[in-house]
Parts: sequence; C-alpha cells; structure tokens
Amino acid sequence: MSDTDIRQSGNADPARPAKRKKNALSDGQGRLAAILLSPTMVVIVVIVGIPLLLSLREAFFGVREQTNPDTGRISKYEYFAGLDNFTRIFSNPTPVIGNFGQMDRLVNSFINTSLFTIICVGLETVIGVAMALIMAKAFRGRAFVRAGILVPWAVPTIVSAMMWNLIFNEAGVMNKVIGQHILWTADGLPLFWAVVIADVWKTAPFIGLLTLAGLQTIPAEVYEAAKVDGANAWQSFLRITLPMVKPALVVAVLFRTLDTMRMFDLVVGLGGFGKYSAETMSIFAYLEATQGRYGPAAAYAIILFLFIVLVSFLFVKFLGADVINDEETAAIRAQRKRRKAGRATRSPVRRTITSGDLP
Amino acid sequence: MNDEAMTAPTPASSPGPDVSPPRTSPEEVARLSQPRRSAKEWIGIIAVAIGMIVIVVYCLLPFYWMVVSSLRLPSMGRSTDFLPRPVSFENFAGVFSAQNNFGRALLNSVIVSTATTLLTLVLGIIASYALARLRFALKGLVLAVIISTSMFPGVIMLVPLLKMFTGRYVWFPFDWLNTYQALILPSLSFALPLCVWNLTAFFRQLPVELEQAAMVDGCTPGQAFRKVILPLAAPGVFTTAIITFIAVWNEFMIALTFGSATEMNTATVAISKFTGVTGFDTPYGTIMAAGVIVTVPLVIVVLIFQRRIVAGLTAGGVK
Repeated sequence: MSDTDIRQSGNADPARPAKRKKNALSDGQGRLAAILLSPTMVVIVVIVGIPLLLSLREAFFGVREQTNPDTGRISKYEYFAGLDNFTRIFSNPTPVIGNFGQMDRLVNSFINTSLFTIICVGLETVIGVAMALIMAKAFRGRAFVRAGILVPWAVPTIVSAMMWNLIFNEAGVMNKVIGQHILWTADGLPLFWAVVIADVWKTAPFIGLLTLAGLQTIPAEVYEAAKVDGANAWQSFLRITLPMVKPALVVAVLFRTLDTMRMFDLVVGLGGFGKYSAETMSIFAYLEATQGRYGPAAAYAIILFLFIVLVSFLFVKFLGADVINDEETAAIRAQRKRRKAGRATRSPVRRTITSGDLP
Repeated sequence: MNDEAMTAPTPASSPGPDVSPPRTSPEEVARLSQPRRSAKEWIGIIAVAIGMIVIVVYCLLPFYWMVVSSLRLPSMGRSTDFLPRPVSFENFAGVFSAQNNFGRALLNSVIVSTATTLLTLVLGIIASYALARLRFALKGLVLAVIISTSMFPGVIMLVPLLKMFTGRYVWFPFDWLNTYQALILPSLSFALPLCVWNLTAFFRQLPVELEQAAMVDGCTPGQAFRKVILPLAAPGVFTTAIITFIAVWNEFMIALTFGSATEMNTATVAISKFTGVTGFDTPYGTIMAAGVIVTVPLVIVVLIFQRRIVAGLTAGGVK
C-alpha cells in the first residue's frame, strides 16, 4: 500500500508545481473533516459553550436587595462579587454533620462525591468485566442473558431509585432478608451504602455490555494461538483480553466515572433532598440554584466541573492515553517535525483518504 | 485416544521399504471429529452456566420486586411477600388516573427521546467517521472539546439556561420554559458526546483496508462509507442509538427544571411527583406500576435491536 503511494506521488510530483501544504498528511482531508465536524461543533458551542461562559459570569456576581427610598419597593440588583462565592467556604461556612463528623456543607458534598465515584466505579468495573467474560464464554442463552443484563440499565435512574427506596424501606424486603432493622433511607451511613448498592446494580451491566461488544471483536484464533503457545487462562486474559478490550472498556469506565461524579437523581429518589450523608455536589448546587442563590450555585457547579476536569485528565493520562491522543494526531505531529528537520528532501504525500498505515 | 490413532497403523506399514503415511479408518475419523470434553471442560461449562444464572438473578431480582409490588393491592404497597396475593391490576389503573397526567408524560418522553436520538445520530455518525478516519490539523483539539463536553456536569447549565429561557437576558427574548426545545436542546449536551465517543471507538475498530479495497474497486470515499462502512457499522450504530435513547429517556434533572409544568413533565418527572390518595402515604404500588410501564417500551426497543446487535457482532464480517 505505502509502496504504491510513494510511486504515485513520485510520478505526480514533477508534473505538478510544488504546492506547500500546511499539513503533510492531511492532503485535502482537512476541508472534508471541517464539513463533517462543523454541525457537531456548532451544536456543542451553542449548547454547552455559551451556558458555560454565562455560568462563569454568574459565579462572580451576587444579588443584593435594594429598597427604593421614594416608593419603598424592594428591587434586586446584581453586583460584582469577585471571588466571594468561592471563598464563602472559609468566610461563612455552613457546618453540617455528614459521614465524617461536622464539616462545611460543600466539603461534605465534595467528600461524598469522591467516595461515591471511587467505590461505585471500582465495583462496577469488576462486576461488569466479569459479566462480559461470562457472557462471551457462554455457548447458549447469551441472547437471553443479554436481554436480562439490559434490564437494570434500561430502568430509568429515578425509577430504580424509587424501587430501591421500597426495597430499603425500614419495613422492606432488604431488612427482612438480612434480619436487621436498619434505617436505610434515613440520614446516615446506611443511606450512603444503599446508594452504592443501587448504583452498582444499575450500571455494572452498562460496563458489561460495552466490554462484551469489545470482547466479540477479538478473533478466536488469537486465543487458540495463545493456547498452542502454552498460555493459561489467566495469562490469555491479561495478555490478550484486557489489551484488546481496553479501548471499549476505557471509554465505558470513563463515562461511568464522569456520570457518577455528577450523581443527582439516584440520591434524590432514594433518600430525598437534604440528607447530608449522601449529598453530592450536584444536589447541593441544584438546591442553591432553585433557592435563587445563583452566584453560589454557579460557583459550586464550576468547582465540580474543575474537579471533573482534573479527574478526567488523570484518567486519560494514566489509564488510556489513546482515548484522546489518537495515533494519527501523533503521526501528523511527528511528520511535521520531520519535514522541518529535512526540508531538502520532500517527503511523499499520501493521497488516499483512508491511509491508515502510519509512517 | 490420539496415540492409538497414530500408532495403530504404523506396524502395518513398517515392513515395507517405503513408509506410507499412517492411515486412519473412517470410524476413527468419525470418533476424532466428535468434540471431546474432558472433566475440566465440563467444570468450565457448568461454571459459565452458573455464572449466567447469577447474572440474570442479579439483574432481574430487584426488577422482579418492582413488578411484584406493582401487582399487589394498592393498600399492600410495602408487603414483603414474594408473590402478590391477590394479583391486582388496580395500581396500573391508578397510574393513568387523571391526577397523575401520566399518559401525556409518556408522550412527552417519547417525543423528547426520539428527537434527541435522531439528531445526535445524524450529527454523530458523520462527525465520528471524520474523527476515526480523516487526518486533519485540529483533531486533538476537537477530541478534547468533545470529551470535555461529556464531562460537563449538567448542573452548570441550570442557572444560565433558566435565566435564558425565562427571558432574563436581553439578547434571548424567547420564553422557552416548558417547551419541547427547552427539553431537547439541553439534552444534546450529554447525548451528543456520548454518541460521538461510542461511534468513534467503533469506527476505529473497523479495518481501514475495507474502504481502501472499496476505493480500489472504484468507489468514491462517500460510496465507500455508504456501501461498505455503514452496513458493517450498523451494530455499533444501533448500540449507540440504544444507549443515547435510554440516556435521554432516563434524564431527570433537565426535565425537572425546564419541563416543570404538569403538561410538559416527562415520565421520569411525573413518577417522582406521584402522590397517594391521602397525600401522606407514599403510593409505592402506583410508583412501581408506573416504573414497569416506563421500562416496558425500553425493553421492547432493546429486544428489537438485540437481534441485529447479536447478528452483526457475531457474524463480524471484519475478522
């Protein structure tokens, strides 16, 4: 493939006047890409970019009430508050009692969000991969099990929250089965674990489904070859299954992590508002917003956003660099560097739209 | 077994000067071609079967509880019997009582989810094909923007969009609160990146040689995409469509904030607002019945797509 490319470009070059291209590898694909991508990018900028900027603006403003001395009417006006909305934690903390004693409400919700994310996503990944492995191994009944596995995932979160609320009711079936009288849905540590259980139940199948889709693209011959070479089951899992399923798995886990960090409706449906032992940052910001404190609400939402950005960055950096830095982007960069180094020799220009083989 | 097959013919051929290849009789061929399962393999098969049962029980037991609770008498909402005695459909009738406005809520959910899914698929397929296949300068940036969008916590949008839709910004003089566009457009913010991301991962898995071969045979890039890639990508597209549809269907916070009027409630919001006849007792039976009703369309959708997913993925076509 690359041979013919080189030959073609070699033949074509003398006939054509040397036309410098900004990107040696793109070869006119940039315009096509712009056409294909622009609808999506426009939607994203309008739907997400503008609200984000407006939210940033709101975070630095506050609302004051003003009494008009002539009419006696109270009017509200916005003023520039600077960092007041962010420093409120220090200047004017709201102490609440969460799982780890008394602390500021924002700090409490931050800790809850982090713990939910770590515990839920960890459990979900393990259970989901196990589900996918079992389903991939099965000879029959896979379609049936897959239909079953899709049920928790298909149940709307708010419905599943109501369902678990019934199960975890103090007179409910969970207490009956384990023979305890735990107040699961009251404010306290049991509520935290009830949320974890409900979340893992609902979303482990999501990871299982995406992992299974990745598993099924692995040809059976690879496993047979490994078996011939003397690999045991554990080795072929570590050396074949995990690496080959990694692209699909990383995407699934990444989305689950981001989703758990903004958990809202599960806690609301299961415990209700105002239960500090399970209050997440989304709930806190939502409550502030609906109570008209737009400035603090926007500030807390932005803190959550920055937290999410940080976690995603670490995630991409250490777990799946190929999620964002796809190899073609890297190849383009390398090619550009090479061009700069040796300008005398013109490197061959690829002209197939889909040249996937890299230099 | 194998040894027998190999060694048995050898003595017969040994006297001759030239050694002919060992022959196996037809019976032995038949015996060898049958799959033989050692004890170890049987253990594996049984373990997998047990695992499958565990998965199904894990997934369905809480759901079963929801179904059972919906079939009880409304007065027995918190009963812990594992079978409803007596079986009653009163809860299902109660769901559609006028005070709950549930029929309209279902219709709203269908409209919002379908519109959002179709929009994201149209945008997402072309965008993710470009991301998976084309080479262009700003790809890293575009990918970063899309993934940041998916990180976006929905709660950030609440304040600005609420102010926008209620006409508090001078430059947006539309009262969009409690309209379909106020439910659909914010939903794109999480549905679109989800769709693009899944599809890009899927397109990347398809070997590039397929298009190259198609183009060698005279297809234009557009034809190669339409006639070769799209049919092969159908399982991925359907998986993505299911994921997107369900994500929108299950959405709660946006629907709660921007569709707060009763006639614009989606099903999820309507369920959360259910009140009992007395107003004090949580009407678990009715809520569970509504949950069953909301989940059934999804299960049907899933079962319809399931066949195509299984057929597409196992047939593969891209070994």
